[in-house]
Amino acid sequence: MGVELFIVALIGFMLLAALIAVEARDLLSSVICVGAAGFALSVIDLLVGAPDLAITQVVVEVVALVLLIRMVVTRSDTSVTAPRDALRTGLVLLAGGVILAAAFFAVGGVQRAGTMPPFGEPVLAHAKGDKVPPGVSQQYLGDPDELDKVSAGTRTADDPNGLGAAYETGTANAVMAILLDYRAYDTLGEATIIFVSILGAYVILRPKGRIGPEEGLLGRKGSA
Amino acid sequence: MMTQGMSLIVKNTAKLVTGFIAVFGIYIAMTGHLSPGGGFAGGVILAAAAVLVILAFGRRGAKGLITDAQCHAWDGAGALAFAVVALCGYFSGQFFVNFIPRGKVHDLASGGMIPLANLAILVKVGAGLAGAFLALAAFRRLGMGKVA
Repeated sequence: MGVELFIVALIGFMLLAALIAVEARDLLSSVICVGAAGFALSVIDLLVGAPDLAITQVVVEVVALVLLIRMVVTRSDTSVTAPRDALRTGLVLLAGGVILAAAFFAVGGVQRAGTMPPFGEPVLAHAKGDKVPPGVSQQYLGDPDELDKVSAGTRTADDPNGLGAAYETGTANAVMAILLDYRAYDTLGEATIIFVSILGAYVILRPKGRIGPEEGLLGRKGSA
Repeated sequence: MMTQGMSLIVKNTAKLVTGFIAVFGIYIAMTGHLSPGGGFAGGVILAAAAVLVILAFGRRGAKGLITDAQCHAWDGAGALAFAVVALCGYFSGQFFVNFIPRGKVHDLASGGMIPLANLAILVKVGAGLAGAFLALAAFRRLGMGKVA
């Protein structure tokens, strides 16, 4: 219960930070608030038992924050002059919050048999004691009955079928086994997305334009 | 052009710390199949080390260590390495099949091709993000028309 209260408090903090990020007149304040929201999200990841995601989130957050602050501080004028419609922004945020709350209760608030485990409780917690929910999670994490047979010595692990990621792939971290073995195609697609987007950034932000082979935009004397 | 980058204190601290950050990124990627982490997180940490060098020494000052061309080349090499790891699955019949023996759980050399794929992603993400940062640092000079 204490963890859930903490998570709710962190979500409230994230909402506040997002609100300030939208409403702040100063671009630098907005960037910092976005960063605060991201760090709170990484803490939530850690609390619900997703350390892989938490590490990635915190690291991406640091680099993105440094990059955004670098971009913002460089600009001489960081203030927004046009007034913002506070009522409209508030309504949009309220609607988003209601949708998120509905999703929260649909996933974790209401207990139903055969749906997702309670909010904040990782699937791994079911591996011992309770039965693992059937389906792909049993394939990834192993059939508990079969795993008991292996630990009791009545079954060898030579044929790893039904024993889960540790025996099937030899990987202690089941998350990585899913990312790079069971669902390697997904990871290939994700890597392709990163590759293409960074390629796009190179093309759009390249320092030399197509004006001439010698004199790009940077090389021109009159542009400074 | 004489005073590239930040102050002497920042430069010296960056010199001390960068190596450790880079090693930590590589460690996170290498032990991705044993503990939380993985190629993507490690790659971003590696890129953070590059960003530290670029910020501390300036774009020109970091030229001896990190250049646009290097980032582009390593980005492409990492993507190619990941594709090659995937293609090597054909050694045992199909695309993306774990073709290396799976080894003993909790060993560094376990999990078959997973550590190799993690290392490929490390190179790809690290170089790609560092290159993107370099590209964005160049954007500044275009916009303002002043020195970097």
